[in-house]
Amino acid sequence: MELNAKIPSGPIEGKWEKHRFDMNLVNPANKRKYSIIVVGSGLAGASGAASMAELGYNVKCFCYQDSPRRAHSIAAQGGINAAKNYQNDGDSVYRLFYDTVKGGDYRSREANVYRLAELSVEIIDQCVAQGVPFAREYGGLLDNRSFGGALVSRTFYARGQTGQQLLLGAYQALERQIGLGKVKMYSRHEMLELIVIDGRARGIVVRDMVSGELGIHLADAVVLATGGYGNVFFLSTYAKGANGTAIWRAYKRGAAFADPCFTQIHPTCIPVTGEYQSKLTLMSESLRNDGRIWVPKQKGESRPAGAIPEEERDYYLERLYPAFGNLAPRDISSRAAKRVCDEGRGVGPTGLGVYLDFADAIQRLGAGVIGEKYGNLFEMYERITDEDPYKVPMRIFPATHYTMGGLWVDYNLMSTIPGCFVIGEANFSDHGANRLGASALMQGLADGYFVIPYTIGDYLASTKFEKVSEDHPQAQAAKAEVEERIKRLLSVNGKCTIMSFHRELGQIMWEHCGMSRNRALLEEALQKIPAVRERFWEDVRVPGDGDELNQSLEYAGRVADFLEIGELICLDALEREESCGAHFREEYQTEDGEALRDDENYAHVAAWEYAGEGKKPIRNVEPLTFEYVPLEQRSYK
Amino acid sequence: MNITLHVWRQKDAKSKGRFVKYEADDISPDMSFLEMLDVVNERLVLEGEEPIAVDHDCREGICGTCGVVINGRAHGPRERTTVCQLHMRSFRDGDAIWIEPWRAKAFPVIKDLIVDRGALDRIIAAGGFISAPTGSASDANAIPVPKENADLAMDAAACIGCGACVAACRNASAMLFTSAKVAQLGLLPQGQPERYIRVKKMVAQMDLESFGNCTNHGDCEAVCPKAVSVDNIARLNRDFIKSTLIADRRVAVGVEGAG
Amino acid sequence: MESSAISVAVGASAAKRGGYVGAFYGSTVGKKVVMAVTGVILVLFVIGHMIGNLQIYLGAESLNHYAELLRELGHGGLIWVVRGGLLAAVVLHIWSATALTLGSWAARPIGYRRRQQWQESTYASRTMRWGGPILFLFIVYHLLHLTTGTVHGDFVVGDVYHNVIAGFSIWWVSAIYIVAQFALGLHLYHGVWSMLQTLGLSHASYNRLRMGFAIFVTFIVVAGNISIPLAVLTGAVS
Repeated sequence: MELNAKIPSGPIEGKWEKHRFDMNLVNPANKRKYSIIVVGSGLAGASGAASMAELGYNVKCFCYQDSPRRAHSIAAQGGINAAKNYQNDGDSVYRLFYDTVKGGDYRSREANVYRLAELSVEIIDQCVAQGVPFAREYGGLLDNRSFGGALVSRTFYARGQTGQQLLLGAYQALERQIGLGKVKMYSRHEMLELIVIDGRARGIVVRDMVSGELGIHLADAVVLATGGYGNVFFLSTYAKGANGTAIWRAYKRGAAFADPCFTQIHPTCIPVTGEYQSKLTLMSESLRNDGRIWVPKQKGESRPAGAIPEEERDYYLERLYPAFGNLAPRDISSRAAKRVCDEGRGVGPTGLGVYLDFADAIQRLGAGVIGEKYGNLFEMYERITDEDPYKVPMRIFPATHYTMGGLWVDYNLMSTIPGCFVIGEANFSDHGANRLGASALMQGLADGYFVIPYTIGDYLASTKFEKVSEDHPQAQAAKAEVEERIKRLLSVNGKCTIMSFHRELGQIMWEHCGMSRNRALLEEALQKIPAVRERFWEDVRVPGDGDELNQSLEYAGRVADFLEIGELICLDALEREESCGAHFREEYQTEDGEALRDDENYAHVAAWEYAGEGKKPIRNVEPLTFEYVPLEQRSYK
Repeated sequence: MNITLHVWRQKDAKSKGRFVKYEADDISPDMSFLEMLDVVNERLVLEGEEPIAVDHDCREGICGTCGVVINGRAHGPRERTTVCQLHMRSFRDGDAIWIEPWRAKAFPVIKDLIVDRGALDRIIAAGGFISAPTGSASDANAIPVPKENADLAMDAAACIGCGACVAACRNASAMLFTSAKVAQLGLLPQGQPERYIRVKKMVAQMDLESFGNCTNHGDCEAVCPKAVSVDNIARLNRDFIKSTLIADRRVAVGVEGAG
Repeated sequence: MESSAISVAVGASAAKRGGYVGAFYGSTVGKKVVMAVTGVILVLFVIGHMIGNLQIYLGAESLNHYAELLRELGHGGLIWVVRGGLLAAVVLHIWSATALTLGSWAARPIGYRRRQQWQESTYASRTMRWGGPILFLFIVYHLLHLTTGTVHGDFVVGDVYHNVIAGFSIWWVSAIYIVAQFALGLHLYHGVWSMLQTLGLSHASYNRLRMGFAIFVTFIVVAGNISIPLAVLTGAVS
């Protein structure tokens, strides 16, 4: 497989500008003759669908939720980065670019990241124009805060609900196009197969989740904006319905899957309480601006937090990383938490937790100010744990939160299948091996509002399309495959529930391929996962029928795919023999336990190519070059 | 804890539904309400029965997917809490819990506890937006917005579109939902050009969807997980009156097609 | 669920069909506004009526003179103008209320099995739809009783003072009036607050004032009106 990233030539500052000029344009009058399918309605999907419809294309948008407004982008709390430099603290496009490449531990493409930083500025303008109620100062201008791992205040926010507000902005733009008839929205529809005709993505097979009917939808291009695959860990901060099915189908049709092992663990989530637990809840990273993280110095401490005197507490982040302290990047904070818990100094009933303490901040600023900043988060914490964070420190623990890996795309965000574009978290592009806080929203919207509308035009204008119909053998074959898979799931009729398999997979993933990994653990996982998968297909019970609303059937299909994705993640983790960002291989670490990169051998993107059922996928490599951000060891000390 | 559930079961939109009783034993008070239903469903599947269909997604109180009426109250007994954030410690051992879907003509039941809330999307599609095509924006700080307005707009914008206001309203009115968007966009300078056409379009669509009317009871605000205020309804009324009686002739020309 | 394009007729195109007034009144919010505006008229009338009634405490001559004044203002025309206006307000009020109520009932064809738990709504707000018809019946009775005298028994045309004393001396007649005043009180309490909300006269800083205003109006009207039958029954006025 050839991986041509199609990065434009010239200096980095001018690449995007030049590329926009070089791209072919579709005549305005011809745009309505093209049709585009967008799968997913989160930040990337909704903004992309709306923007392309505004240009005049005919867009069909699909989501599994009951409304496009519910995509999980809505749950992002903290904020969105933009190099506006409104605070006059020395921020610039170049600094955001630099921070993002470095924060990603040099495993992302410089050109893509620079474009992202460039577009960040326009995103804020666009969102304000749409009526997104960002936080403001008394003078009426926009407020900013600093956010995990940044030394400048470049994060824009709307209380603790930034993702919600940005998504609703995009959703409203999308609804406007739906009302105008330019976008046809299919909610409660799940994409179950990609249709590839003559080597080009030409459509999808979807299941109407209410009637159970399978439908073929054809178009000139398909845009996947289906989010990450983090639910492979079962317990995560993802929505329960979030899944990897769409990108996995595309992978099996020939789209390369890049760096699947780059999965981010977020340091501040509410710890697990019991076996029945279905989901982990994130506490915004912004809490780390005022909260101090600590554990007891002594192992097996049994006193309540308040009874532990100051000198017996270990503020380990402040101790280990004095420059960043409690704001150290996510991968670093998460691993540090794991380390202290492994040492037996974890807190809470399970010993898997650390304190996030606001006592100092409350004393310094008063409970009122803290309440104003974090009131809704404190309330959420209290609701879930029944503990009042104004009085006792919060307990937090890392949880799976985001996947930097995803389908490989070139500079135009097109996968290795021509005509199949991938945007937002579903692609691998911009975050390298670790994503910085408040950058996911930025990437989703940059891809949707400002990249895909241009690059898809170039593809459409430079491609000659044959007319295809639903009767095309490839379309019918894809549909038949979906039918077959559904029939198979329904006919197993075993004795175990779907969730039991998902939970088992999640446990394997977390223990063998979680915050830290090693060869032995990964090799073991590669034995265990296929075994679970085999048992799944022999012993799962999927009640109900295919021709009705059947939540069990939906779930079973997703878990079946997770059982395959998990294996690829472990394989990728095994073959990337270095530590970088969120991927920490215990064999490769510095003396003081930091990630040790191997730029000589691994400064590249690993793009996995499907080789057929039961065959080991092929590992293709796209080398990464760093002309502008010099490779150095990431240090936050 | 041991709980007795009375759950509305309905095969599909066309079938008649009924309440079915389930015993939920050994429930931990630390479970969320949905986790309790997960446990019940797992047991039902193993016993060879169909699990209870219920809408849910983010399970952190923000996506607005979940929502059922628990013992006569939308989203259950805790204030400002969605069903997914409600925990079993809010109930007592031995309690009987009645679980019903949202009831409104505009929200037809699809299956069991799942309803179709597409009407809310259509109200937004009719006018709940600012027409700002991608690329057309000026600098974000070009127009200062008084902090108070931004804060009030944010209060209204916090709506998660769950439909609890409709479910709790004795008239099944969607005024709180509609007014929250009207107020948010009407409070911001960016929302001014379409302010009056917007309120008319949204109200017209709301009426078309056969929601009831608002009789100013305030039960909507009380069950709203985000405590969206009925003050927004007054804002909508104000804008509506102005739009029809004063601003009508002016905006009627030209703006109509702006969508 | 598949979407379809939305075309809502508003502004000029809606007006083309039903005129601006039709377009306004066609919506639920428009009907509510009509209820609120007619509500304001009726509340003002009720307050004025109550103040007029209180002249009974100034004696027969004063009250009868006041009644005569009302009848003769504008060569006897004004009272008919006012009556016409009030009738129009009542008709519009009832018409709108009926249309809205029917709409609301239709909006929830299947109710909840478990009785809904009311959080914010008050007894007053929930009984508006019962209070309305009760008040209507009372008004009809009241007109037949003290305006036309049809159901009075001892009615003297022109002697309002006598008619009131004689009417209220019968205990069950007074009881009807007193009960009706409580119904009026409930209706006013929610109605006054509600009409301010419907007319958009709401602001976080004044909302408590708004509630206070509703309580004040209600209390004054109910207390003033009830005092009269009580005064007659106890013999304070005779």
